[in-house]
Amino acid sequence: MRRCEMISVGAGPAGLAAATEAARNGVEVLVFDENDRPGGQLFKQIHKFFGSEEHHAKERGFDIGYGFLEEAEKLGVEVSLSSVVMGIYENRTMNVLIRDRIEQVRAEKILVATGASENMIPFPGWTLPGIIGAGAAQTIANIHGIKPGENLLMVGSGNVGLVVAYQMLQAGCQVSAIIDAAPRIGGYEVHAAKVARYGVPFFMSHTITEAGGEKWIESATISQVDKEWKPIPGTEKKFELDTVCIAVGLNPMTQLLDMLSCKMVPVPSLGGRVPAHDLGQETSIPGIYVAGDSSGIEEASTAIIEGRIAGLAIAHSLGYIDDSSFLEQRDRQFKSMVGLRSGSHGEARKIAKEYINAVMKG
Amino acid sequence: MRIDDHPILGTFEKGQKVSFVFDDKAMEGFEGEPIAVALRSNGVKIHRYTMRRNQPRGIFCAIGRCTDCIMVVDGTPNVRTCVEPLQKGSVIQTQVGAGPEVTRK
Ligand SMILES: Cc1cc2nc3c(=O)[nH]c(=O)nc-3n(C[C@H](O)[C@H](O)[C@H](O)COP(=O)(O)OP(=O)(O)OC[C@H]3O[C@@H](n4cnc5c(N)ncnc54)[C@H](O)[C@@H]3O)c2cc1C
Ligand code: FES
Repeated sequence: MRRCEMISVGAGPAGLAAATEAARNGVEVLVFDENDRPGGQLFKQIHKFFGSEEHHAKERGFDIGYGFLEEAEKLGVEVSLSSVVMGIYENRTMNVLIRDRIEQVRAEKILVATGASENMIPFPGWTLPGIIGAGAAQTIANIHGIKPGENLLMVGSGNVGLVVAYQMLQAGCQVSAIIDAAPRIGGYEVHAAKVARYGVPFFMSHTITEAGGEKWIESATISQVDKEWKPIPGTEKKFELDTVCIAVGLNPMTQLLDMLSCKMVPVPSLGGRVPAHDLGQETSIPGIYVAGDSSGIEEASTAIIEGRIAGLAIAHSLGYIDDSSFLEQRDRQFKSMVGLRSGSHGEARKIAKEYINAVMKG
Repeated sequence: MRIDDHPILGTFEKGQKVSFVFDDKAMEGFEGEPIAVALRSNGVKIHRYTMRRNQPRGIFCAIGRCTDCIMVVDGTPNVRTCVEPLQKGSVIQTQVGAGPEVTRK
């Protein structure tokens, strides 16, 4: 069985940030990702980030991704792609399916940075081809250079819905409308303004009630909803289109942590069941860490900082950094997190994260 | 369907142009891109029909999570075409139900 000091499951921003931070401090790191390219969701993020300079504010997601890869290579981090971690067992051993063979690996410390999966809402016709996740639209257009469709409806006005709608316009698709059951737009105003400038109409307090078509979606009907989010008869509007993108939120991918009976906490503002973790991102199982979306849905920039904190904590617990240097470096990361977890959107996540940290203390 | 000139990304780096077969029709795509992407650029939208109700399914998540896009590739059923790279000469078939029975070598 192969052994190493640290394994990151996931080569998204959280996993890569943790790997580089730990490696910089001397830890021997191995990263597994089931994809055939690293970067997680980063390479499909072609918009500029918001925040201060140190949060890569002016950079686009894919540039941040390339930066990490370059750094990882320089530091000797081994990134094993097309490698699915199938399970984590006692004593931090794991089974990894690498292409068509299974390998057992054991690590002193394991970081679970597996990201999130997209939520779905059911409605009549919801399984028709052409109804896709917003993340799917982003992947198809920005990574593979294909339009997911010619004319689409975006369901959901959170940041993913807004950003992906804008990216579909950039890709040359038509966006019929953005709808949301909530009365107000969920995402940042800057993102909403960009789409509005293209003349895309927003229908707030509306939901999708039906998708029509034989073998492929040909139309979508939306209706206004009342206070209980129930469709109001007589308010239907029908769009002729060939694609519907669903952007109604993400939920943390925690299957590997569930296998270990990791302590979970229900936190709606972070996307559902979230693994309890302490200020160093360690879960209720000693030696198992979480960072990024799998520790609660936030953003790429917060995923990077959480990853760095996890990397530092792992380097510290393996004896590569002394107490004072660890606390000083971690403090610096906490400080840069403050700006990201503030404002109307960030504040709720800050409170939720504090609650999770408190749960860990018991 | 392919985006030729993207305002941010410019052109897309692709492998060599190769031919493949979909349900007895000859098609072209780029080596290494997901099979689903090559199919879509040829206008194919339906990947399979479900076992019990015979309903059509196509791409849903595009990152290998949901299995809506599974097809029969070179005789092997249940291949997630959104993450499986296209190879020269691949033979791809619409999957019906669980697909053909495979005899193990
Ligand atoms: C579709 C989508 C679009 C998004 N768009 C934006 C955006 O535009 N801007 C923004 O700020 N945030 C966006 N987000 C939010 C997200 O918080 C961040 O973008 C960021 O990518 C999260 O980083 P991460 O490292 O936690 O997860 P990810 O980037 O998702 O990386 C997780 C990685 O783990 C791998 N993995 C999972 N399970 C296994 C396993 N068992 N074995 C091996 N590997 C595994 C995956 O293949 C993936 O590469 C988006 C999220 C999604 C899902
Ligand atoms: S579309 Fe979901 S697995 Fe391929």
